Amino acid sequence: MAINHSLFIPLFVVAVATFCFSCYQRLQLVAVGASENRFDNPAERLAGMFSYAFGQKRVLARPYGFNHFFLFWAFMLLLVANGAFLLEGLFPSFSLAALPAPLHHGLEFLFDIVSLVALVSVAIAFVRRVLFPPAYLGNDYTSPRSGEALLILAMIATLMVAFFLLNAAQIAMGQPGNWKPVSSAIATFLDGFSGRPLESIATVSWWVHAVVLLLFMNLLPRSKHMHILTAIPNCYFRSLDKPNVQPREEFKVGNRFGVSKVEQFSWKDLLDSLSCTECGRCQDLCPAHNTGKPLNPRRIVHDIKVNLLDNGSALKHGDRGVVPLIGPQGEGSNHEDALWSCTTCGACTSVCPVLIEQMPKIIKMRRHLVQEKARFPEELLNLFENMEQRSNPWGIAPSDRGKWAALLGERPFKAGETDYLFFVGCAGSFDSRAKHVTVALATILDKAGVSWGILGREEQCCGDSVRRLGNEFVFDKMAKENVALFKERGVTRIVTQCPHCFSTLKNDYKQYGLEVEVLHHSELIAKLVEQGKLKLPKQADQGKIVFHDSCYLGRHNDTFEAPRAVIKAATGKAPVEFERNQENGFCCGAGGGRMWMEEQIGSRINLERVKEALKQQPDTLCVSCPYCMTMMEDGLKDEGAEQVRVKDIAEVMAEAMA
Amino acid sequence: MLVISCIKQVPDTTQVKIDPVTNTLVREGIPFIVNPYDTHALEEGLNLKDRYGLRSVAISMGPPNTEATLRKACALGVDEAILLSDRAFGGADTLSTSNVLSAAIEKLGAEESVGIVFCGKQTIDGDTAQVGPGIATRLGYTQLTLVDRIEFLDLKRNVIRVRRKLEGRHEIVEAPLPVVITVVRELNRPRYPTVPMRLAAQETEVKVWDNSVLKLDVETVGLKGSPTWVSKIFSPERDKGEIIGDGVGDPEGTANLLIDKLLSKDLLAV
Ligand SMILES: Cc1cc2nc3c(=O)[nH]c(=O)nc-3n(C[C@H](O)[C@H](O)[C@H](O)COP(=O)(O)OP(=O)(O)OC[C@H]3O[C@@H](n4cnc5c(N)ncnc54)[C@H](O)[C@@H]3O)c2cc1C
Ligand code: SF4
Ligand code: SF4
Repeated sequence: MAINHSLFIPLFVVAVATFCFSCYQRLQLVAVGASENRFDNPAERLAGMFSYAFGQKRVLARPYGFNHFFLFWAFMLLLVANGAFLLEGLFPSFSLAALPAPLHHGLEFLFDIVSLVALVSVAIAFVRRVLFPPAYLGNDYTSPRSGEALLILAMIATLMVAFFLLNAAQIAMGQPGNWKPVSSAIATFLDGFSGRPLESIATVSWWVHAVVLLLFMNLLPRSKHMHILTAIPNCYFRSLDKPNVQPREEFKVGNRFGVSKVEQFSWKDLLDSLSCTECGRCQDLCPAHNTGKPLNPRRIVHDIKVNLLDNGSALKHGDRGVVPLIGPQGEGSNHEDALWSCTTCGACTSVCPVLIEQMPKIIKMRRHLVQEKARFPEELLNLFENMEQRSNPWGIAPSDRGKWAALLGERPFKAGETDYLFFVGCAGSFDSRAKHVTVALATILDKAGVSWGILGREEQCCGDSVRRLGNEFVFDKMAKENVALFKERGVTRIVTQCPHCFSTLKNDYKQYGLEVEVLHHSELIAKLVEQGKLKLPKQADQGKIVFHDSCYLGRHNDTFEAPRAVIKAATGKAPVEFERNQENGFCCGAGGGRMWMEEQIGSRINLERVKEALKQQPDTLCVSCPYCMTMMEDGLKDEGAEQVRVKDIAEVMAEAMA
Repeated sequence: MLVISCIKQVPDTTQVKIDPVTNTLVREGIPFIVNPYDTHALEEGLNLKDRYGLRSVAISMGPPNTEATLRKACALGVDEAILLSDRAFGGADTLSTSNVLSAAIEKLGAEESVGIVFCGKQTIDGDTAQVGPGIATRLGYTQLTLVDRIEFLDLKRNVIRVRRKLEGRHEIVEAPLPVVITVVRELNRPRYPTVPMRLAAQETEVKVWDNSVLKLDVETVGLKGSPTWVSKIFSPERDKGEIIGDGVGDPEGTANLLIDKLLSKDLLAV
């Protein structure tokens, strides 16, 4: 078969030029974003890139992910095959046959098999999308059967079919097919043909393959399949910190606070928006989306992309975009109700196969609304003022903070004398239900001989809620004051009984130079159990226990085992699991400052979770967080299931020790 | 035209305790806040600025640390903030406080006509509710107390119509400018400062007027100008409340009883 090089070369040049131009245009768009350092720790970044991108770690977390895994690797290997194919089209003398025979044969075999794998994968994907589409693939702006998705699948299938036909025709014409089992099998069907017809099949197949390949390449940067180009770098440039720890802001006259225009996002945020694979996994897990709120993390990313594309040409010329980033619902704009619906549970960031940071973008936009516009749901006004004036969400007098300890006598923290600073937190200090947990933990520590002390009225709120709500200015002040206090008092180890305090002290305060050991009480109790420091004379009988993961303990800090170990030690039995647990756990609805807001749109998140709990018919719903405690107790009341008790792991443990 | 909001810095009284031995307020380490009613006086000044283009000014009499309170007013958007501070003003009762505030308002009025002076209904520390009416009397302005709604401001006819919140009824009153209005909390929802405004406020100049500026007779200000003095402060014995209804047996009926009780004590609005 003779290839018409003089026809192919100009076609190739045009296709490559338009492809490069499209990519350049997209990169220029990314470059309008603000600077952000995502170049540190190259070794760690590379390692992650290999496991997330090449290892498809998160893709494989779901059963269907295997299909993408095969398609991805087939694609990677066929890159070599297609490279060779294009070179053959360009240079008459080029041929893989010039390679040493074993290598050449090995490659032929590989390409042949892998092409079949790709074809089967595409067929499975096609059938899945058309016949059994999972609900989360579709939403208000796309559907599993979207023309684009099906077109791409059809193109890949065409490439594979053309590849096989080309090879089969050549084998039928007498080329050796020993190393191409699939093509050889197909060649047997071409036995009836000879001479010219075979020649024509080969030529047509070659050209179909060539044209579809060049078209496919050009479609990539202009479709959701852009992720084929951006996903790997996106994994490299991922956030090395936990994604709920957002960058600090500098409070200087003239600075901007938060994001109100797409170009104020960092370049990485914009790269994220071009990397979404539309897999829908974040949408599937998002508690807000699942309960009828206008928030969909995938839509946030999508709207940022649409906004960037729509405003792009103006921005590249230094002009202003016309489509508002925050505004009435519509493609390219994010509705404020959506931004306020986020519980910062982190389900989206922990499930995204290409490590897009959806929730941090929401926080950035909240920062703008709160700090530059002073616009937020009205319930928050009280919260903010209470936080600023009295450093607790309820506005209770700070002098009442240490009162819970009255029964235990004075327990001040003294550097050098007390092992742990017990950072009680606002809920543990003021909320009447959470105070029982505080006392339970204090009792456990006493019985285990751990010395601890509190800061009493000097303790301040950790600032978790205000930070997640976008009130960075107030958070900044609280964090600085707390860190200064910890340093001044010589604190080296902290135990908290609230995952929000825990995560904030442990992760967020690092940005303020706090490098101390911070433990959540589940970790400390589990450690004491392991060290045999807890005498457990009787197993606590709590009936059937179902354990609810706190997002800020679990997903945000990967602490899934410790609370379960505590329950097991106290009751002799591992707790029963929710359908959605651990990494896939479902928020109680109180994170991200939602604890202090009305939930007016859609159904209530805590009810959804409580209903899921009741499916297990538990006697006790066990939690490890004061917010979860409130939400679960309220939910059980509303569901008329007050026979189910809500207990913190510390309470369960304290009962086993009594 | 000016709209002037009088704001007072007060100790956060939820945190104030009375020393059982000396019977004086323990103010040590107690943070200061803007008198809660005054945040509404300030907000309404800013509202009129936004709606009618008036120039809003915040004034406060107090020791030098009162500057912090005035900076908060700047962060919320007042055009000018003035601290009235002089050793001679110290120890003032309501009479001499209103003397100083009136003098400052008069001085501002000499430059630009004063339309409305907003005061809180009362403070949470002194609790007298006298300063607003005192200013009106001294300046000869119409006094409109306990206002919970501004019906309209007519700058052509120079009149304002307001709604007063009285026990069990409302009263609509119209008055010619200038007026002193004392406000209740229902009037508005105070705004929250934006960060750029807060940062700018840190650098804004808060003017300080002492008696060399106001030139008041020292006999009429501060302790000397104060005919009232406190002879004793003490915590009253708290009466035990009563238990009404049967919450376990009849939760609904008990809730109704409670609501009636709260309504009769004017603790709940219908
Ligand atoms: C009997 C008595 C004795 C007192 N003795 C002392 C004392 O020895 N030392 C001492 O420091 N205080 C003392 N005070 C407190 C002081 O006199 C009052 O706080 C002050 O005069 C204002 O009165 P008030 O707080 O009741 O204000 P109110 O009349 O309740 O206030 C109404 C409104 O007037 C405005 N306003 C009031 N004060 C100011 C201000 N300073 N600047 C700007 N606007 C203002 C505000 O808008 C406020 O909402 C005493 C008070 C009383 C009643
Ligand atoms: S953090 Fe949770 S609530 Fe917020 S968008 Fe992501 S999944 Fe939804
Ligand atoms: S943001 Fe991530 S998880 Fe969500 S649809 Fe896009 S690729 Fe999937």
